[in-house]
Amino acid sequence: MNRLNTRKGWTPEALAALEKARVSRRDFIKGSGALLVGFSMAGLAGQWLGSPRSAAAQSLAGAGSNQLDSWIAIAADGNVTAYAGKCELGQGIFTAQTQLIAEELTVPFDRVKLFVCDTALTPDQGTTSGAQSHPTNFNQGNLALACATARETLLERASARLGVPGDQLVVSDGVISAKADPSKKVSYGELVGGKPFAIRVNPGAKRKPASEWTVLGKPARRVELPALATASFEHVQNVRVPGMLHGQVVRPPAVGATVVSVDENSVHGLPGVVKVVVKKNFVGVVAEKPWQALQAANKLKVTWTPGVGLPSHGTFYEHLRNQKPTRDTLVVDSKDVEEKLGSSAKVVKATYHYPYQMHGSVGSSCAVADVQAGKATVWSPTQAVYPLKSTLAMVLGMPPENVRVIFRMGSGCYGINGADTVSYDAALLSQAVGKPVRVQLTRKDEMAWENYGFPFVFDQRAGVDADGNIVAWSHESWFASLGSRPGTTTPGNVVTGLLVGFEPAEFKARTPAPDPTEFDNRLSAAPPYVTGCVNGKCEGLGTVASQRVLTHEVRSLFWTGPLRAPSRLQNTFANESFMDEVAAAAQQDPVAFRLRHLRDPRLMEVVKSAAKAANWAARPSPRPGIRRTGVAAGRGVSCVLYGGDNGYVAMIAEVEVNQATGGVAVKRLVLASDCGPISNPDGLRNQMEGAALQGVSRTLLEEVTWDNQKVTSIDWKTYPPLFLGPDVPKIETVLINQPNEQAMGAGETAISVVAAAIANAIFDATGARVRQVPFTPERVKAALSARA
Amino acid sequence: MARTIEREGSVMSVLNLKVNGRSHSVDVDPATPLLYVLSDDLGLHGPKFGCGLGQCGACTVIVGGQAIRSCSTPVSTVAGAEITTLEGLGTIEKPHPLQKAFIEEQAIQCGFCANGVILTAKAFLDRNPKATEEQIRQAMSGVLCRCYTNTRMMAAIQRYAKEVRA
Repeated sequence: MNRLNTRKGWTPEALAALEKARVSRRDFIKGSGALLVGFSMAGLAGQWLGSPRSAAAQSLAGAGSNQLDSWIAIAADGNVTAYAGKCELGQGIFTAQTQLIAEELTVPFDRVKLFVCDTALTPDQGTTSGAQSHPTNFNQGNLALACATARETLLERASARLGVPGDQLVVSDGVISAKADPSKKVSYGELVGGKPFAIRVNPGAKRKPASEWTVLGKPARRVELPALATASFEHVQNVRVPGMLHGQVVRPPAVGATVVSVDENSVHGLPGVVKVVVKKNFVGVVAEKPWQALQAANKLKVTWTPGVGLPSHGTFYEHLRNQKPTRDTLVVDSKDVEEKLGSSAKVVKATYHYPYQMHGSVGSSCAVADVQAGKATVWSPTQAVYPLKSTLAMVLGMPPENVRVIFRMGSGCYGINGADTVSYDAALLSQAVGKPVRVQLTRKDEMAWENYGFPFVFDQRAGVDADGNIVAWSHESWFASLGSRPGTTTPGNVVTGLLVGFEPAEFKARTPAPDPTEFDNRLSAAPPYVTGCVNGKCEGLGTVASQRVLTHEVRSLFWTGPLRAPSRLQNTFANESFMDEVAAAAQQDPVAFRLRHLRDPRLMEVVKSAAKAANWAARPSPRPGIRRTGVAAGRGVSCVLYGGDNGYVAMIAEVEVNQATGGVAVKRLVLASDCGPISNPDGLRNQMEGAALQGVSRTLLEEVTWDNQKVTSIDWKTYPPLFLGPDVPKIETVLINQPNEQAMGAGETAISVVAAAIANAIFDATGARVRQVPFTPERVKAALSARA
Repeated sequence: MARTIEREGSVMSVLNLKVNGRSHSVDVDPATPLLYVLSDDLGLHGPKFGCGLGQCGACTVIVGGQAIRSCSTPVSTVAGAEITTLEGLGTIEKPHPLQKAFIEEQAIQCGFCANGVILTAKAFLDRNPKATEEQIRQAMSGVLCRCYTNTRMMAAIQRYAKEVRA
């Protein structure tokens, strides 16, 4: 086997970085060429690392973000090397960032070399999450600003060198020339090649206007895609380090169970077993080969205390609603909601339920750690290399400066899957044996212990006047949380951290909720239809002035954390389903009813655009002339401004409901999006299509289950999602480009609106309202039976 | 042709595997699932551990023209057989037409499932070149993509199927 001959083209700097990772060049060459460490990507490494100015200077410059050299380097040949802290997770941000750099610096796309997410190389940009990569790196800040500063600086230096005023210069393919005399020219390489800029990023540097874009804003093919399609890409699951061993963990058999004793003799003499590792309640096995590690982990006899016991899954929502203590938050409260409801011509009430759901990455999480001589290098699929560096240091008991975290893409994560916890697992096992250790979790260990999406209960009430206007809206919710991303200080927010003795973030009870000081709708809890008036400032998107949005957080049974569109998806399900119920009660068309209660032009525009593309026929729901048997077809609408300020989206769903079986077939999804200036239209479409379909799976199928001791959703049979094959709806996307607005996120917007759009379409088709996710055939049949 | 050696209580065998047209001798416990041998002993990136239960398809390889789940296939049962992994189809420079269709349609997000998707489609269309769209959908129904790139993946497979039929 010699399929990856990637060492060709490695520069001295690259090899020095390999040394820094304490993998010698000799080991690397011995490693049959399949080894990729440091900062390579298979298939790209050769060409990428060919640049004379590479990573080493970057690591000297440190992780500051106000130094231009932390972001951009220009080689003697004029090639551009850039460093960013937003990682590629499959969402296409690597390609979009490359477009941005090429655009701002006016060099061809293929002359840009980008490194992301390595604590020895790239600036600290926190976590790649929350649809924040575009807001962070594509507006007047961070990567975009660094690129603009670099171009400005290069133009200034060219102006001085050529004796031509800056406004008389043009840039093309990394060469600056005088407009009047093209023979007067100088290349980027000649200006700064191989040397640092040694200046600060200029907060006032001028971005290139979108009207001049030729690379950004155009469809670009994903850089990694050819390697992914041909198996020459290196996922973290493919990282192999010389001398590497394999570990498996042994998780508790029940929630809250702790170790009584571990019988190491039970695996004594098993082939390949190197060590049994026990640290408080963390138990693992290291072996020479992965299959041996798995066999040993299965055979290891561990005596555990009984679990803490779990409330019944069947009555969980009652438990959630009544659990004490709570942490209460008021997003908005006009203090007159009860009075206005009392005087309304009509009051509409409904209760909604949303279950625990999981990220359920198709590949279980994996990391490789090399912890020796008081230093650690960890190859991790984490979304947060710098925070992980900090918490790994806590878990390993060493200074953070001795820890290097190198991002490698894992299986798509959609939030905090097992990526961080498995990084701790690998590091702890490596520390125990003093050799590099790779851990890939079993399917069960991934699913039973990951940080699930939050479960919710909602009570909604609205008052409608005699003219069909909403005059009051009360939104009250209960949701459960435990742990989250570990951040920089809380390894106990994921399972391994707890097992080795760290506590999850403290639960801080608070009742009653204090009055809000500003309208903070980052979780999209307030529906778009309220005015959002707090202390005289009205930052909501709608017209309803009498409003209260009150949430109660309680301690969760299981780990929770961000799962694609965290809380926004659940809140939008409840708000947009309820908006439809109110429209039906007022006997009005759901699209017109929404527009009537909105005053934000951009949200109104996406609603209108989606409706137009879907050929929406204006009429109230449910549709007239419903027959109560057979297959019924209907359509529903839903919309949101994601997180209060981070992407507008509207969806029209068309469904068919089999009224005999309760089966729901989603036939067509039409999405309209406005996320500001579009970087890569094809990449945006890909994100919207995937999010829409992932939303269908979560809406119709997905729910975590448990018995009185443990989670019982442990594989794809016990947590069945939507597979490839039949029943894929037609997905159409309408992109509204806003080149002069701020860049917003798009990774999580589309999924937020799916559940409500489908619920509303089921109602339109049948007159039956489904208020609990997932919409299983049983629940749909129950709703059909409950029809008036 | 397996040579068996008793060693510290474990049975190791030297097995001959034919992978992507090349022969390899591996010294392993014959009960080891094929996946581990391909990804760890041979260092291949195509077959992936997804569930270890044969449920998701990430570990798919083609053996004797059939797409099989290498995570739940003991290596000893495929000794001597022709095994094809995703690496065996084409390269970045010269992708197989099916891989090319995935690139053309930009039908991948994280790419972890791509191995199983592409090989399952390849094995099915090799045996059923005149398959209808519906039959192809049925054939793909045991493969999981959690990024839900389904629409583009099916478009890529249909694009290739059209080429095969033509």
